[in-house]
Amino acid sequence: MSWKIKALKKSIWVFHINTGACNNCDIEIVNLLTPKFDVERFGIKLVGSPRHADALLVTGVGTRQAARRLQEVYRQTPKPCAVFCMGACACGMGIFEGGYHVAGPVDNIIKEVDPNAIIAYVPGCPPKPQAMISGVVKALAAIDESTP
Amino acid sequence: MIDDVAENLFRILIFPGLFFTLALGLFASWLVRKVSALVQYRVGPPLLQPAWDIVKLMGKEVLIPSEAQKTVFICAPLVGMAGVLLLSTMLWRIAIRPSDVFVGDLIVAVYLMVLPSLALILGGSSSASPHAAVGSSREMKLVLGYELPLVLALIVVIIKSGGVLNLAAISQSAPIASVSGFLAFVAALLCVQAKLGFAPFDIAESETELAGGVIIEYSGVLLAIWKIMQAMMLVALPLFLVMTFLGGFGATAGTWIWGIVKYVILVVLVILIKNTNPRVRIDQAMRFFWVYCTVLMALAILLASVGHRYGLAWL
Repeated sequence: MSWKIKALKKSIWVFHINTGACNNCDIEIVNLLTPKFDVERFGIKLVGSPRHADALLVTGVGTRQAARRLQEVYRQTPKPCAVFCMGACACGMGIFEGGYHVAGPVDNIIKEVDPNAIIAYVPGCPPKPQAMISGVVKALAAIDESTP
Repeated sequence: MIDDVAENLFRILIFPGLFFTLALGLFASWLVRKVSALVQYRVGPPLLQPAWDIVKLMGKEVLIPSEAQKTVFICAPLVGMAGVLLLSTMLWRIAIRPSDVFVGDLIVAVYLMVLPSLALILGGSSSASPHAAVGSSREMKLVLGYELPLVLALIVVIIKSGGVLNLAAISQSAPIASVSGFLAFVAALLCVQAKLGFAPFDIAESETELAGGVIIEYSGVLLAIWKIMQAMMLVALPLFLVMTFLGGFGATAGTWIWGIVKYVILVVLVILIKNTNPRVRIDQAMRFFWVYCTVLMALAILLASVGHRYGLAWL
């Protein structure tokens, strides 16, 4: 495992982007920073600019208006970075499947820009904070296995 | 000759320069995050967290906005870090060997303390981002705001120590034990708060409205250098206050331990102010520094002069 990946796993700065969520997942994400869960213990920190981010937490179905912006934000994020699809909508469009305003699930939108993007899925409506932490841990383990 | 060069290189790069200041700065920035977490009833990050953050940023891609002024964009963090590094090296050198100084180092220290803010303004305005432009203009106003009361507070210190411009001589006495010295210390502490970019004066960087402000466009190694600069400022600025207001480090092991305790208390005080105050608007900050702090400092200078004239050390 290279030092870059090792350091990345110790310190993940996340940028939270809402692509048309109902705000339920967003509240659960903010919940992660509260005293009860306190993800800063693991070096996870919320940052304000995608340029500082190592992971994009995407919530919401990916509306047509938001899709282009999401792609732009992904391009602006320095690599290596990971994308986390938070919630049922971001993972697979949820109840909005087939809606006129839907551009596709988040992973398709990201893969239009970068086919090799690292994408992790955390389903749930909304996912519990425990599920989100578990998702991050599993994604990190997957990065571990994929790099020699 | 060779020995001289080697010794100077050792001072600049290892102790008390780059390596030592960086290690202490990372520890101080861990202290900031840990104490903030404890204030909020959280556990907080592990001890090595700031170091991991820096290492991680070193390994990330560096993105430079296509419309940015590239040379300034890349040089600004380096200039800022060099300024703080020089300041820290100088202050530690004076603390360790008070005989090895030059006259007027107080003025040099005041100039070097402006350098990081100037670098932030340069970096922000060269990055071709509206957020960074707003951040730069706020930082500029903030510098205009806090420099005046800070210099006035230092004039109180100079009067108290009998008109010397020499940090080694100033750090022999502790002006905080007098009325005017205490007022000056309070004002200088708030100026240092603004210099560090901590709440309530984190106006230039405000994460929630400007999304990072002056450093919004920085990524990778350049962002790491900004973070290192901010960590080093946590070493240099409280150290400067300890030497000017709190009586410095002295010469024996006992006074050194007491000096380090003073430094830690000062850092924790800064962190507690950071955690218990909301961010002010830029006009409120300007009014605070120019109206309240400056008037208070004028009063303190008056008191100190009267005390000096009539030999009343407590004034």
